[in-house]
Amino acid sequence: MLKELKILKHHGKQYISDLRRQKISPLFRGRPVISGNISEEERRSAASVCPVRAIDKSSGSIDLGRCVFCKECAFLLPEKIEFTNDYHIASNDRNSLIIKPGDNNLIKLDEKKVRPEVRDLFKGALKLRQVSAGGDNSCEMELAASGNVNFDLGRYGIEFVASPRHADGIVITGPISENMSRALEITYDAIPEPKIIILAGADSISGGIFEGSPALDRSFLGMHHIDLYVPGNPAHPLTFINGILDMLGIKK
Amino acid sequence: MKSHPGYLIINNNSPSSGIEDIPVLDYLSFREKIISALNEENKHCVSYYCVPSVDSLRLVCCIADDSDNSIEIFSCQPGRDTKVIESAALLSPQVHIFEREIHENAGIVFESHPWLKPVRFSYNRADTSKTMDGYPFYSIHSEELHEVGVGPVHAGVIEPGHFRFICNGEKVHHLEIQLGYQHRGVEELFLSKQDALQRCILSESIAGETSVGHSLAHSQLIESLSGMEVSEELQIERCIALELERVAVHIGDTAALCGDVAYQLGQVVCEALRTIVINTTQLWCGNRFGKGLIRPGGSNYPLNNEIAEAISDMADIIAERFGEIADCIYSTPSVLARFDEIGIVTKKQAHSIGTVGPSARTCGIVRDIRRSHPFQYFRNYSVEPVILESGDVLARGMLRSLEVQESLKIIRDLLKIWTEGKRKEEKPVYNYRLKPDSFSLALLEGWRGEICHSVMTDKDGKISHYKVKDPSFHNWMALALAVRNQEISDFPVCNKSFNLSYCGHDL
Repeated sequence: MLKELKILKHHGKQYISDLRRQKISPLFRGRPVISGNISEEERRSAASVCPVRAIDKSSGSIDLGRCVFCKECAFLLPEKIEFTNDYHIASNDRNSLIIKPGDNNLIKLDEKKVRPEVRDLFKGALKLRQVSAGGDNSCEMELAASGNVNFDLGRYGIEFVASPRHADGIVITGPISENMSRALEITYDAIPEPKIIILAGADSISGGIFEGSPALDRSFLGMHHIDLYVPGNPAHPLTFINGILDMLGIKK
Repeated sequence: MKSHPGYLIINNNSPSSGIEDIPVLDYLSFREKIISALNEENKHCVSYYCVPSVDSLRLVCCIADDSDNSIEIFSCQPGRDTKVIESAALLSPQVHIFEREIHENAGIVFESHPWLKPVRFSYNRADTSKTMDGYPFYSIHSEELHEVGVGPVHAGVIEPGHFRFICNGEKVHHLEIQLGYQHRGVEELFLSKQDALQRCILSESIAGETSVGHSLAHSQLIESLSGMEVSEELQIERCIALELERVAVHIGDTAALCGDVAYQLGQVVCEALRTIVINTTQLWCGNRFGKGLIRPGGSNYPLNNEIAEAISDMADIIAERFGEIADCIYSTPSVLARFDEIGIVTKKQAHSIGTVGPSARTCGIVRDIRRSHPFQYFRNYSVEPVILESGDVLARGMLRSLEVQESLKIIRDLLKIWTEGKRKEEKPVYNYRLKPDSFSLALLEGWRGEICHSVMTDKDGKISHYKVKDPSFHNWMALALAVRNQEISDFPVCNKSFNLSYCGHDL
C-alpha cells in the first residue's frame, strides 16, 4: 500500500489542463509559413524535393493533406519556408489545408460547412469507431493516446468505442488498402445515422507516400462526405483533439 | 566476405557483394543446405525470398548464426518452367512462412508443405483467383467444438487482422491468424520510387512504431551499397534513437498488459512514462516516433549538448519511476495470476519456428543482433542480452522491464562517450550512387526483434529487388502456438505480450 502511495505521489497530476493552448516542443513540425517572395526557381526546387507532391511548383503552396512533414523543403530553403510548431492544423475544408506563400493565418474550420446535426447531437458526447486501413500504427497509437492520462479526451465525453453500432462516426487512418476496403465499408454501414467521417494523417487524406500504389482502393472516400481532415505524419493528439473540439463548437 | 563452394559468408553491413558472388546450387542441394544449416540450434533463417527476372526465378536464402557475426547466403535457380519443388518446411518448420510467401508471389508449389496458404493476398500475387474472402481456414468437424472469429476490425484502436479460434468450451484448441488487410505494396514501392528521400519516408512507414528501426535498416543498406561511411558520433546517436524507441514501446506495452488485467495503476503510470519518453524524442527531432531522424549519410537533427542533457535526465527519471511501478506490477497477486504460466512457448517450439527478438529471449534463446551481428556503435559497445526461460506472458512482461533498464543504461553510457565537439557536419545524402549488380543485407535489433532489409541492384545501379522482413513475420506463429490449450479469455494478454506488427507483416 505504501509503495502504491509513493508511486501516486511521483505520478502527480498528469493531465494537460488546457488542451487548446498546451505548449509543444519548438521543433514540432506543424503549420508551415512560406515567404511571400519565394522565387519561381525556388518554388520549382521545393516542389522537386518534396517526396509526396505536396508542393505546387507554380504557386509554391504546400498542401497539408499531402505533406508528410519531413521538412526537407525547409532544410533546402531555410530563408523561405519555415515549419512552425502550431499544431492547430485540422479543418473540415480541404482547401484551407493548402498554405499559400505569404499566408500566416491560423487554419480555421469553415463554420458554415459544419453540418448542423453534428453540433446538435454530438456536442455533449461523441463516440467514435476507429478503422485502420493500411495505417502504419503511428496514427493509431496517437489516436489511442488522445484518451490517455495526459490528453484525456474523455473529459469532453469523446471516446473510442468497440462497436460501430455504439458509434456516431468513424476515424480512418491509413491509405486504405484494397484488402481493407470492404471491411471499412461494412463498419461504416453499421454506424447509425447521422454519422461523421474523420480522416487522420496524411496517408488517409491523400494516400501520403503510398499514393498511387496499386494495392490501394480509395473509392470509399469518393462516395462520402468528409467532416474533418486531421493532417500529420502521424496526426498529433493535440491536432486531433483541437480539430474535434472546433468541429463540435466547444470553445474551452 | 568468404566464399565456400556452396555458400557465401558475409558479415552484417559488410560492404556489398556482387550478385554473381552468391553461389547458385541446384534445388536439391539448396534444400539440403537449408535443412542442415537450420538443424543447428544457433542458426536461423533471416530471409528467404524469390527474385523474379525476365528469364528465370532465383531463390535466395540468408541464414544467420547467433553465436558469430556471419550470415550465409546461397541461392538456386529453378527453371522458368519448374513450378513444383519439394518443401523444406516439414524438416525445418521455420521456413514455412517464407515458402508460403514465395508460393503466393511466384506461384511455385512447395510439395508436402503442411500449410501452403496465401500470406497476405498481395495485389501482384501469382494467382488472383484466390481472394481474402475465400481464405482456406483450418477447421475441425465435431459437435463439441465451435469456432470464434475476431476481426479484421478489432475492439480497440489497433490495426486489422483476423483471428479464427477453434474452441472446446472456453479452451482454445487452435488459432489461425489471417493477415494481409494492411498490404500497401511497400516492397514494390521501393522499386518504383526512384527518389532517395521517398524511400526514406517509405521505410519510416513500414511500421510506424518502429520508424527508427526500419529507417535505420534502410540507411545501413544504402550506406553499404554506396560506400558511404558515417562518423562514430552519428552511429552513437542512431543507437540512442533505437534504444529510445525500445524503451518507449516496452513501457507502452507494459501499460497495455496492465490495462488488459484491469490493473489501472500500472496502466496509467506507464502511459504517462511513455509520454515522457516519446516527448523527449519529439524534443530531439520534432516527431514522437522519430520520423525524420534517420537518414542515409547524415542527419537533419544532430544531437547537441542541450538535448543530450534532456535525454540523460529523462533516463534517470524513467529508470526510477518505471523501476518502482514494475516492482509493484510484478508483485501484485491479481496481476501475476493472469500472467504466470499463461501462453507458454517452449524453447523447442521457439527454435523450430525461428522466432526472434523478445519472443526468443523469453524462451532461453540467446538471440540479439546487437550482440551477434553488431551494427552502428554496437560494434564498439557490447550489449548483454536479457534472457528469461519460462516463455510465458509473465516472462514477456518482465523481459520488457529488464530491457527498459538495460536500454536506459546503454543510453546513459553512450551519452557519456558521445561528445558534441567531436561531431562533424554530416548532412543526409540523397544523391548517392549504388554499386551496380550488387547485393547487400542489413540486420538490426529493433524493439520487436530482428529487422532485415536486403537489396539487389541492376547493371545501372538501380534497385531491382528490395526485401523487407519485420520480426513479426516469424513471430505471429509464436502467438498462435502460445494460446493453444489456454482459456480464450487469455488471448488478449497473450496478444499484447507479443505486440506484433500487422503492417510490418503485410507490407
